[in-house]
Amino acid sequence: MSFTLPALPFAIDALEPFISARTLEFHHGKHHQAYVTNLNNLVVGTEFENADMETIIKKADGGIFNNGAQVFNHTFYFEQLSATPATEPSGELKAAIESTFGTLDAFKEAFNKAAVTQFGSGWAWLVKDAAGKLSIVQTSNAGCPVRDGFTPLLTCDVWEHAYYLDKQNLRPAYVADFWKVMDWKVVEGRF
Amino acid sequence: MAFELQKLSYAFDALEPYIDAQTMEIHHGKHHAAYTNNLNAAIQGTETEGKTIEEILSNISAQPVAVRNNGGGFYNHNLYWEIMAPQGAKQPEGDLLKVLNESFGSYQNFKEAFTKAALTRFGSGWAWLVKQGDGLVISSTPNQDNPLMDLAEVKGTPVLGVDVWEHAYYLKYQNRRPDYVEAFFNVVNWDEVARRFKG
Repeated sequence: MSFTLPALPFAIDALEPFISARTLEFHHGKHHQAYVTNLNNLVVGTEFENADMETIIKKADGGIFNNGAQVFNHTFYFEQLSATPATEPSGELKAAIESTFGTLDAFKEAFNKAAVTQFGSGWAWLVKDAAGKLSIVQTSNAGCPVRDGFTPLLTCDVWEHAYYLDKQNLRPAYVADFWKVMDWKVVEGRF
Repeated sequence: MAFELQKLSYAFDALEPYIDAQTMEIHHGKHHAAYTNNLNAAIQGTETEGKTIEEILSNISAQPVAVRNNGGGFYNHNLYWEIMAPQGAKQPEGDLLKVLNESFGSYQNFKEAFTKAALTRFGSGWAWLVKQGDGLVISSTPNQDNPLMDLAEVKGTPVLGVDVWEHAYYLKYQNRRPDYVEAFFNVVNWDEVARRFKG
């Protein structure tokens, strides 16, 4: 079995002006594609040749983990972006966020801080643990909360390639624009 | 005295077409400036204030992470600007070439090994040519770590370094890190590398 690059669930220019078509052409067409290609090449002849993604993320190390987790992380990131997003959570997710963080704004503030202070390449996440408790975590490079037993609900890619063409060194401006295309409907489905 | 952002000894566009002016301007004026300011803020009022950057890095495991990240970023970029130049020796020569040959077999072998270290560093980081005793070795470090840090896997004196954070090349090369590293060799100032090697 080999992994394939999922198509973007929106047109390449759909997230303008918040995330540019040019950024997405590279981010999806080059970076995400390279992780898929590298993963398929690296697993050949290893115990992971026919493994599913969860097994790779939980058990693999080195290049297989890095490329496998980055395939998962990027698919997860792109899936939750939309030109017509639900801009707020509702129902049980809204209640869980409010009981954990106080308000939606307080959650966003804490999440933004995690995204902006992740030093170097990495990701910020909203996750749920086995008991259903929500928390915010940072991972570096290809790090993925699935490996640590969490259920990821929402993520922001803070590798510089996610924003450098549009925002250069201004990561906080990217994170602010990220929320304008982040679809809470998708997050609710995951929750 | 606080650390100061070192001025470039050449114009932002001096390394064109290998490294573009816009990249240089943001890399130096924003990224390096931020590391410098954040380092000063992190040590202000502590007993670290007043130490040299080399002293700080040599005992970095005792420091808060903000000093590690920003102190490394401050030092690494100083080195990076200095080991590049629009002119200057384009190939190593003299003692440096001799030790490169002894350590790696040939200049070409060195270049291949250094390039491999730069391309295989996953995520943000640096590749280094490091002086150890009388010899030279190649290493790479994550984020803003470097071989002067007591916690580095390969310790020694860095004499050449290439920044492989995406901010070093993304505006011009995007995902093509190999093209950036190849271009970098066109602007290496081997006179400065030799000076650092001599110590």
